[in-house]
Amino acid sequence: MKPQPLPAVPDSKLGGTAPSAARAARFSPSAQSRQRIRFVGLAWLLFAAWPLVAGNDYILSLGIFFFINLLLIGGLNLVMGFGGQISLCQAGFYGLGAYVSGVLAVKYGVPPLLGVLVATAGAALSALCIGLPALRLRGDYLAMATLGFNAILSVLFSELVSLTGGPNGLANIPPVSLAGFKLDIASRFFWLAWGVSGLMMVMLSLLLSSRAGRALRAVAGSEIASGSMGIDPFRSKLAAFMFSAACAGLAGALYAHFNQYASPETFSFATSVLLVVMVALGGWGRYWGPLFGAVVFTAVPELLRKFQDAELLVFGAGMIVVLLYLPTGIAGFGTYLQAGLARLRASRRAS
Amino acid sequence: MEQVANLLLSGLSSGSVYALVALGFNVIFKSTGAINFAQGEWVMMGGMVAATSYAAHWPLGLAILCAVLAVVMVALLSERLILRRIKKPTALAVTLMMIAIAICSKSLVMLLLGKNPANLPGFSGSEPVLWFNLRIHPQTFWIVGITCLVMLATHWFFERTVLGRAMRAVAAQPEAAALCGIEPRMAMALSFGLAAGVGALAGTIITPLTLTSFDHGTVLGFKGFSAAMLGGLGSLPGALIGGVALGTLEALAGGLISSHFKDAVAFVALLLTLFLRPTGILGRGAVEKV
Repeated sequence: MKPQPLPAVPDSKLGGTAPSAARAARFSPSAQSRQRIRFVGLAWLLFAAWPLVAGNDYILSLGIFFFINLLLIGGLNLVMGFGGQISLCQAGFYGLGAYVSGVLAVKYGVPPLLGVLVATAGAALSALCIGLPALRLRGDYLAMATLGFNAILSVLFSELVSLTGGPNGLANIPPVSLAGFKLDIASRFFWLAWGVSGLMMVMLSLLLSSRAGRALRAVAGSEIASGSMGIDPFRSKLAAFMFSAACAGLAGALYAHFNQYASPETFSFATSVLLVVMVALGGWGRYWGPLFGAVVFTAVPELLRKFQDAELLVFGAGMIVVLLYLPTGIAGFGTYLQAGLARLRASRRAS
Repeated sequence: MEQVANLLLSGLSSGSVYALVALGFNVIFKSTGAINFAQGEWVMMGGMVAATSYAAHWPLGLAILCAVLAVVMVALLSERLILRRIKKPTALAVTLMMIAIAICSKSLVMLLLGKNPANLPGFSGSEPVLWFNLRIHPQTFWIVGITCLVMLATHWFFERTVLGRAMRAVAAQPEAAALCGIEPRMAMALSFGLAAGVGALAGTIITPLTLTSFDHGTVLGFKGFSAAMLGGLGSLPGALIGGVALGTLEALAGGLISSHFKDAVAFVALLLTLFLRPTGILGRGAVEKV
């Protein structure tokens, strides 16, 4: 028997009474996905102007870190926002990607591009190993299990000194070369990060509108209900967890080859906690949320530099304000504005 | 043999502190269902405030009292001014907010009390006590004794007093408790005060052995949480057993196997508990498992 497609779960909850045919068509998953991909194309065309706008290599490299953070947060948003599972080891997978690719290149002379692929696959594989037992847990128990895994990885990063360089970090990681062309400066590496993160956004959009993506969202809604409709909730969550880890592993490998240096504290569980916060700030389970989360995660620490020691306090206080007054995140604020505008237009038309 | 006995003793003292941290976690977990990420920071804050007051030539007892009161005030203020304003206080929203409060607490301590490690003298000197061939730091007795006392007192509080029973009623069924005339918000504030007070006390009694500084809190908090998990989340005797088990396990692994991977032991134990026996050693009831 052919499996029946699930009804689309619209992620904006605007209006909602008796959808007209036109509205239903707009919310059909594939149409939504096409629209999202068009927007991604447009946004990435705009981002392509960044090297022209950026005055120096420092500003340009912020753009690169934005794309790397987008990979991290976008992947995490799939598991947390759409899958409803709390994962606190995204920074662990990030570090795993960085160290696998970095160590392979530094100690074994593996070509960086191959290393990046191995790192991505390795992160996904380790997510499989830890996800098999951990994803059977729910809520806080899952959060703590993933946090514990991140902590164990952190200890390994700083204690396997002969491989990773220990607390001093791994230095002299070679840059990626593409077809004999060395991506060793920011203006060249930018395009790799630009392309990879754009590709991830397109893949996410396709994934979310596919059967697997809709299944994942159904699982987040109710595991029992989705299970009774022929979805295997466990497999669905495991696949999302692996995809998210692969994104983080890829981000880590890119980070290592761009930065040419990696040190353990970048990948501690404190980073994992912050990444979760960024998912929430950007907009929990909203497609565009990670873009905002990545902007905040990249720009705010730089902007707060001038506060020096007070940086952490400003950050914490800002987080409290956002959590109190913007519980749906920055992307949610956009939807809220849109709804307000639509209402305004409707009332004008009525009068 | 002597080495093992020494390791067990040091495990017992760090384990007692983990137990106190775990106790604080359990109290807040029961009343809000949230993970209190600030618990470790409160422990650190207790140690730092006590050390700073002592350095300003306050008597030791007064410094400790002042530390406990200060941290309880901070916790009550965060509950009153921040957590109560959350529109939909789901467990997740409260957990995220506790992360923010933890970040703020840590940076406030750093800004107000400085970045240098701080110390307190042992409560009855630091001359080791000889007991069969073992040289024991007198602070060990204080730590174990105070932990036992606090555990007994909390047990008595929750089992015998009206206030403690009211708090348990709110944890079990907030609506029903409210119908019986118990204010759930009062119970929540109380659990924050209790958790912070116990945490601050834990911070002051461990400082003479390990020093403290503004960045000690996070790891201490997570180890305390592992202890709570190990013993069974939400179970008060479980906190004691989990803490002591974790402390001794860590000390033995650090001393006999490898000191490099000592910090990983707590987390390996956490993962094994979660995978094999998610209710913990003493926990019972429903664990959300698919």
